[in-house]
Amino acid sequence: MKAYLILEDKTVFEGASIGSPREMISEIVFNTSMTGYLEVLTDPSYAGQAVVMTYPLIGNYGICREDMESRQAWPDGYIVREVSRIPSNFRSGDTIQNFLKQQDIPGICGVDTRSLTKILREKGTMNGMITTDGSFDLDEVIARLKAYRVTGVVKKTTVKKPYVLPGRGRRVALMDYGAKDSIARALQERGCEVTVYPADTPAEEILSAGPDGILLSNGPGDPEENTKIIKEVKKLYDSNVPIFAICLGHQLMALATGAKTYKLKYGHRGGNHPVRDLKTGRVYISSQNHGYAVDETSLDSSVAVPAFVNVNDGTNEGLSYVGKNIFTIQYHPEACPGPQDSGYLFDRFIRMMEEGK
Amino acid sequence: MPRNSEIKKVLVIGSGPIIIGQAAEFDYAGTQACRSLKEEGVEVVLLNSNPATIMTDKDIADHVYIEPLTTAMVQKLILLERPDSILPTLGGQAGLNLAMELAESGFLEEHGVRLIGTTALTIKKAEDREMFKETMERLGEPVAPSEIVEDVETGLSVAARIGYPVVLRPAYTLGGSGGGIADNPEQCAEILQNGLRLSRVGQVLVERCIAGWKEIEYEVMRDTAGNVITVCNMENLDPVGVHTGDSIVVAPSQTLGDKEYQMLRTSALRIITELGITGGCNVQFALHPESFEYCVIEVNPRVSRSSALASKATGYPIAKVAAKIALGYTLDEIKNAVTKKTYASFEPMLDYVVVKMPRLPFDKFISASHSLGTQMKATGEVMSICTSFEGALMKAIRSLEQHVDSLFSYDYSDLKDEELKRRLKDVDDRRIWVIAEALRRGFSYELLHALTKIDVWFLDKLALLVEMEQALKLAGAGLELELLKEAKRLEFPDHVIGDLTGLSGEEIRRRRLEAGLCPAYKMVDTCAAEFAAETPYYYSCYGSFNEAERTSGRKKVLVLGSGPIRIGQGIEFDFCSVHSTWAFAKEGYETIIVNNNPETVSTDFDIADKLYFEPLTPEDVEGIVKLERPDGAVVQFGGQTAIKLTEALMKMGVPILGTAAEDVDAAEDRERFDAILEQCAIPRPQGRTVFTAKEAKEAAHALGYPVLVRPSYVLGGQGMQIAVSDEDIDEFIGIINQIAQEHPILVDKYIMGKEIEVDAVCDGKEVLIPGIMEHIERTGIHSGDSISVYPAMSLTEGNRKTIVDYTEKLARALHVKGMINIQFIVDGEEIYIIEVNPRSSRTVPYISKVTGIPIVPLATQVICGHTLRELGYEPGLFKEAEYYAIKMPVFSFEKLRGADVSLGPEMKSTGECLGISKDFHEALYKAFVGAGIQLPKYKNMIITVRDSDKEEIAEVAERFAALGYRIFATAGTARSLKEHGVRAIPVRKIEQESPNLLDLILGHEIDLVIDIPAQGAERSRDGFIIRRNAVETGVTVLTAVDTARALALSLQNRTEELSLVDIARAEMGR
Repeated sequence: MKAYLILEDKTVFEGASIGSPREMISEIVFNTSMTGYLEVLTDPSYAGQAVVMTYPLIGNYGICREDMESRQAWPDGYIVREVSRIPSNFRSGDTIQNFLKQQDIPGICGVDTRSLTKILREKGTMNGMITTDGSFDLDEVIARLKAYRVTGVVKKTTVKKPYVLPGRGRRVALMDYGAKDSIARALQERGCEVTVYPADTPAEEILSAGPDGILLSNGPGDPEENTKIIKEVKKLYDSNVPIFAICLGHQLMALATGAKTYKLKYGHRGGNHPVRDLKTGRVYISSQNHGYAVDETSLDSSVAVPAFVNVNDGTNEGLSYVGKNIFTIQYHPEACPGPQDSGYLFDRFIRMMEEGK
Repeated sequence: MPRNSEIKKVLVIGSGPIIIGQAAEFDYAGTQACRSLKEEGVEVVLLNSNPATIMTDKDIADHVYIEPLTTAMVQKLILLERPDSILPTLGGQAGLNLAMELAESGFLEEHGVRLIGTTALTIKKAEDREMFKETMERLGEPVAPSEIVEDVETGLSVAARIGYPVVLRPAYTLGGSGGGIADNPEQCAEILQNGLRLSRVGQVLVERCIAGWKEIEYEVMRDTAGNVITVCNMENLDPVGVHTGDSIVVAPSQTLGDKEYQMLRTSALRIITELGITGGCNVQFALHPESFEYCVIEVNPRVSRSSALASKATGYPIAKVAAKIALGYTLDEIKNAVTKKTYASFEPMLDYVVVKMPRLPFDKFISASHSLGTQMKATGEVMSICTSFEGALMKAIRSLEQHVDSLFSYDYSDLKDEELKRRLKDVDDRRIWVIAEALRRGFSYELLHALTKIDVWFLDKLALLVEMEQALKLAGAGLELELLKEAKRLEFPDHVIGDLTGLSGEEIRRRRLEAGLCPAYKMVDTCAAEFAAETPYYYSCYGSFNEAERTSGRKKVLVLGSGPIRIGQGIEFDFCSVHSTWAFAKEGYETIIVNNNPETVSTDFDIADKLYFEPLTPEDVEGIVKLERPDGAVVQFGGQTAIKLTEALMKMGVPILGTAAEDVDAAEDRERFDAILEQCAIPRPQGRTVFTAKEAKEAAHALGYPVLVRPSYVLGGQGMQIAVSDEDIDEFIGIINQIAQEHPILVDKYIMGKEIEVDAVCDGKEVLIPGIMEHIERTGIHSGDSISVYPAMSLTEGNRKTIVDYTEKLARALHVKGMINIQFIVDGEEIYIIEVNPRSSRTVPYISKVTGIPIVPLATQVICGHTLRELGYEPGLFKEAEYYAIKMPVFSFEKLRGADVSLGPEMKSTGECLGISKDFHEALYKAFVGAGIQLPKYKNMIITVRDSDKEEIAEVAERFAALGYRIFATAGTARSLKEHGVRAIPVRKIEQESPNLLDLILGHEIDLVIDIPAQGAERSRDGFIIRRNAVETGVTVLTAVDTARALALSLQNRTEELSLVDIARAEMGR
């Protein structure tokens, strides 16, 4: 079946439908990872977005369910160049075609994803529609695309009730703003007992449980939208509990302490961004997925100072909070997909909790 | 970290002659590194024995020594030039080994020279099998169970303990020389014996066989601050068991999930960190196809063939960055030269698929075994880029220039199923074609995977191509546009679609263009379009939007490259293409290179204004022409590959710059050429043009045997043979018909004489002859396999005048604008023409360097309309240099089991080295040493010659006897030597009882075998066995009396102290 991808700038790509044939409108973003399509599909941070994979061959190694980063797929849509006819991997239990159908994700293949990426790179992230109905009225669609806004995605992705992942070591409260499972996994591997809390859990409730440390997770959407959560984060900041924050968590902490965030032209999504640790000067290749960044010029240097910076574009990649046991990073030390080089940050968090005792 | 200011003068050691396992990739890496060093104001001293390289140009380094790569020479050079540092990791294994020897002996320390880039200890940890294993064990990185042995007996007991099959890997050898897989003790003993001898340290690793696992490679980099990155990973289509140099390789890996990918990436980075490498490194893994179990196979702490491939596949210039790291820079301080926005501390992301295919030399060695294993056999490779694996594979296949362009180019339809299954199991150069046939017959993926161990994902891709083949057949003349689109997306060439549908290729092209189906060009930008890139490096694909922009303003020239390195068309042509490109740029042209060889300098991203990494076929070139509309194309520098495109380019309306196409054709076309010779009153050996064996025999009878039989339009004498009988002709024509059916066959009278070669530049009117070269070997041995001497020594003044006269006449008659290469036979005062090539030749780089005339830039300027006089050159024969320069062929016979080593009219050498000196004998001696013939050792030799040479060999034998050699000879030869007063010890022929000739050779105390086989197809089996055994035991084998005489002469006259010549400083010819 034919499918169409229509962009806000009136570009139309024609391809074949994969996954669900239903129509979808979403914000179109691209990811440059060459492996890890299932991790991308199940990363809750993609809620409210349709993902373009720049690597042209997708589905080669099928679906290995244990690699899923959450219980389900989150993107509104999926845009690829080519899906593999057959998957090949000893762990594969299914094809990506079936997976997209089961998860009811509309997708399109046969798209010149490089051209599409160049449009997004040059004009910035924009909205788009995937439809299998060839009789669309372009002006009408464009009007709808322009009107579309992503909202409420943290609420959509977070857990409904708290739950505990057992461990014998430090007790960590993990604030789930749309967390990837690998974060909890990384903590568990380091012996932690992890309590996962819904995003809107009041700070008092978390602090009263007496955690050794708090991890603010990644998540989807515009950070500024989460006004209620930001207030709770401020309370966590005011406590003396060690805090490590990742991605959206990092942005929320910055907002809670008076800094500002802004939307990047087309974001950072992939597994090759170099990040410099300003303390050591070392550069690490990181896994990234964010459309917003903390505005370094808005920082109050008595509150927070840059700790990590993106070597390519100089954007902020992490903050160290002055006089606090808090450090936050914009990228993904839990990898999955992407380089595992920053796993040491979890160790740093563990040490911080130990020293905090 | 800023650059280390203590590094002021650096010695870079190159990799020497091109041999199997060490090809043009090191010229690419070395050239890039030298330029990178010079950019930083470092004074570069270069040592490389290979004159055909770009790195040995005076533009590339400050001091250039084209001298043998021996420790003695390097020591001498260090004392002379006093560099403060050596960069050892850019000259392949040869360069690395040399640097290691000097480091280990304490010489470097003694003279205050440091190794930069990587320390000796690091190199040792990676290269020494035992230390490597210990390091890996300490890291917890798995290696296959193994043990190092130094003798056969221990080896056998270790193998018994580990369990067969075992892999045997000699330490410190090139391209896995002498290694192999043994299934039983007999095979094990055989391989061990050979491997122990070839290893520089007499060690062989006996290892658990992990054949059939996935073979995955990572190219990683590390700087002095400890920052690490991965440039690229690659997956071999052929599982572990086939040398990666002989495998079809795809980048990035296709069948690995993120978990496997990151597991191996992390492992590679831990290894490079633990080893403390600063620069580039290659880590090879075997990954179990059904678990996360893996083994580290090998670590190369230097740039390599794989790093060249990774550089071209990603756009990330590994050698350039490695050189900067060696100077002290960190990755985040080095700009990404492709994007000019990002830094070297990032990992390239591909949004396309890269396929590399090996170029195997079996077309040159009909008798050699085609099977592929742990011993590399490829002489070169091609790379292709596309948005799909199928497309990339199809493009790679047609880039090979082996008369293949699809999966049905080899026909296996008459094989029985059982035979097909057997062939699926045996890995050889045609396996993917065998698989295609099996797929046509409906073999299941399970069966195919069981037989080949190739991942099902790849099998399915081959099946997709086979299905397209069948769909096109079924469609026939009713071919619909949708199917045509899909066939083009899969990169089926027009004429292949034509063949399958029964329509003509021309008709397909017409329909395609009518429907607006043209290739789109996409950029290789290192970052999957995330950032705007500055460097126009393109590949084509169908069904996409084009992003290459037609540029205008300046005049634009298309430079056609020479494709994969193979015997007959080596690195020399890349040298010429690159220099021509640079010269065009100086003339104000915008330059565009089209080539498909990832190992070369020409496909580096900053050589031309634009690079199209594409197959060199008319259809592929047409796409580029339509887009770029060049003002002209230059074909005379890209060897036969480029020349073959002349007609197609003219049809596209692209003017051929320089010598006109019809004149190129006149030199190849027998009748037209004869007419020109007649008009110039120049004689040539009588001959005829024929098409069939019958005609060939008639011609031979009329001319009288022996005759030279050869196809037209080939390079390197492919298919050329001396026939002495009708039977020979039948055999040879049969072979010729397999390799080139479209062109006529030439049959010439064979004249035994002195062979002379000339390269000249003609501006259309006047001719400059930089020098005359003379071959040591008389006619009958291909010029590429002969020892070439400049200046020619034994010509009379009359000869010289005639040669100059003929050259001028021919250049004018052919209206040459640019380069011309002529080969002559001198028989007394008679001079005949053998052949004329109105193009650049194999000898151009060498003769440029020794005469000091920049021949290619000069020819390019002439092509652009300048006259020789205008450029400051007096026409005629250029003043002779004060130096003798000898070009010595170098062979890779030991790597090709079953290949006959005897020399003849078909070229067999893979590379060359230079000997240069003011003294002829010293030059000759240096050339032999450079080629690895360092004698005497044991002072024992064997001579066995045919009757006709017995007279001549006596004089040669006498010389060796005078050098103190004990001469062993077969009965007939011994008797004849005795008659001439040379003492020889008779030895039994190999079919006779032991001890015989073979025992003597295998006894390892023989320096040299001189075996002159009879001409014609009737080559004795005995001789073949002697030669093969000698080569495989590391004994020098000479098959021509002239070569043997030259060797004896050079040994008799050698001096202990060898001189060093700085090519960049010496006033060569001026």
